[in-house]
Amino acid sequence: MVSAGIVGAKATGLGVWRTVRERTFVIACMFATLFALFALVVLFYGIVRDGWGALSWDFITNFPSRRAAKAGIYSALVGTLWLMGLTTVVTVPLGVGAAVYLEEFAPKNRLTAFIQLNISNLAGVPSIVYGLLGLTIFVRGLQLERSLAAGALTLSLLILPVVITAAQEALRAVPRAYREASLAIGATTWETVRDHVLPQAVPSIITGIILGLSRAIGETAPLITIGAFAFVTFLPSGPMDKFTALPIQIFDWASRPQAAFHELAAGGILVLMAVLLLFNSLAIGLRLYAERKIIRL
Amino acid sequence: MKGSSVGVFALAIAVAGCGGGSGSASENGSAAEALSGEIVVDGSSTVLPISEAMSEEFTAEHPDVRVPVAASGTGGGFKKFANKEVDVSDASRPIKESEVEACAANGVEFIELPVAFDGLTLAVNAQNDWVDHLTLAELKAIWEPNSQVRYWSDVRPSWPKIEIKLYGAGHDSGTFDYFTEAVVGSEGSIRSDYTGSEDDNTLVQGVAGDKGALGFFGFNYYVENKDKIRAVPIDAGRGPIVPSEETIRSGEYSPLSRPLFIYVRRDAADRPEVAAFVEFYLSNAVEIVPETGYVPLTAEIYDLVAARFKKRTTGSVFQGGSQVGMKFEEILSKETGEQ
Repeated sequence: MVSAGIVGAKATGLGVWRTVRERTFVIACMFATLFALFALVVLFYGIVRDGWGALSWDFITNFPSRRAAKAGIYSALVGTLWLMGLTTVVTVPLGVGAAVYLEEFAPKNRLTAFIQLNISNLAGVPSIVYGLLGLTIFVRGLQLERSLAAGALTLSLLILPVVITAAQEALRAVPRAYREASLAIGATTWETVRDHVLPQAVPSIITGIILGLSRAIGETAPLITIGAFAFVTFLPSGPMDKFTALPIQIFDWASRPQAAFHELAAGGILVLMAVLLLFNSLAIGLRLYAERKIIRL
Repeated sequence: MKGSSVGVFALAIAVAGCGGGSGSASENGSAAEALSGEIVVDGSSTVLPISEAMSEEFTAEHPDVRVPVAASGTGGGFKKFANKEVDVSDASRPIKESEVEACAANGVEFIELPVAFDGLTLAVNAQNDWVDHLTLAELKAIWEPNSQVRYWSDVRPSWPKIEIKLYGAGHDSGTFDYFTEAVVGSEGSIRSDYTGSEDDNTLVQGVAGDKGALGFFGFNYYVENKDKIRAVPIDAGRGPIVPSEETIRSGEYSPLSRPLFIYVRRDAADRPEVAAFVEFYLSNAVEIVPETGYVPLTAEIYDLVAARFKKRTTGSVFQGGSQVGMKFEEILSKETGEQ
């Protein structure tokens, strides 16, 4: 490339060729973007077309039913909100804590390098494997049965690698000078991390958590593996209660023979997307707030 | 071994049904006595719609009882059942010997209760105008492992040389177990080059979009898609039989009409809410089962099944191979005799 560039700069004939290549590259990139967007638009259009009719207040506040006209997603929606809440509560302290330890405190030796390698690898493990792990450890080992707690802990395991990695990168991006300045005036490492490093990293950490939760909210396989229920006509009143969740309810409806249930499934997908967007905008708001605080510092 | 038991079941239960049951054993009539607790139902996704409907109606009557229903599959359900994690296990095939042993190893006893019939439908594309019927032997030739059938003309020379594309249940389902046992003759053996899916809607779409297709799936998936696909009459030695509610119920469509079951844990049946739920299940099945797209047993047979539950008769009538049918008949007539 370098030699081609030099030659091209000398001979204008080759300069034209360079421009053509550049244009081609830009068009190819645009095409790739449009293709992804197009697929998304088609999918979205199909779901809205099929599911719009299913949406109503009754659909949100009714329990599932064998009669499609009466069926709603109340228990699944509430189950998903519970799951997301509990997963956040478990994941944030563990994920951020692990990242802070690995970045700020842990000695750089073979053991931590090995741990680091494992965390990166865990991010690529198929979600059903986490389901099996959750079934063995939480459902059976800890006797949590098929409770929200078991589901949330399983989902936490699933997204922890993503959250830890993102938080580590956020911490790494904080300039070294901040730490040195703090330590130089006599602050301990803990004080430095608490008052200077973490606040700087918070916006990026939040992004990592959003990514993790967005993945967790749509996961079906691990929840089915731990035995989450497909038909639930009560609301969970605590973390030890049995539950269902939106992806499972959608999956159940989509596999029915009757077309009316397929419509409900599409409606369920719209609700799931709305919840996801709500979560994300909440997190983006938090992120903006955190960023503004940093600028004031 | 179990191959012959699937067909025998319908006959056995029908013969025993002639004995007649003395009224419904299920009216608990004690609505005033408030039941509470939680009944965990899991198992076959084929039976799921029936159990869901029962859960819905039962909890409407008994609001303090929770009946969550899951669908881990017939095999997955039995695994959890043997582990005492499930009170009622839905099954689209009889319990296997290995599953009976797993239950025994954990001290789990069970009550086997048939609750409905389903017909496995073999369907072709709506544009397929050559297939009038298929015999069981032809089906076996098409589906068996290392089958040489590639074109429809390989099945019958008079049929066109159009490639035959096969769609069927994936390996994890009870439907797969049942089909391979009833058609190929040994459970789990099938040619490897067919399109398998656990989602029957995918199979329907496959058959609907492919002129040369042949697929098998639950009868209710055919009923909902009659405009796109055509059911093939099956000749099992008594002439071609079209799957319909009548032929499935009467056993004429045997061996591709299959019973669906619930298995109740014996110790769970001592809990009043579980007993009430199972009694509710059996006494309302005649009305509720058709609403879910399945074929109900006759009222007389439900009475016999309810009597079986009332006596808490444990064990499977399908244990020990092909003489099983007789055994089931004996059990049922003995039960009715004593009533």
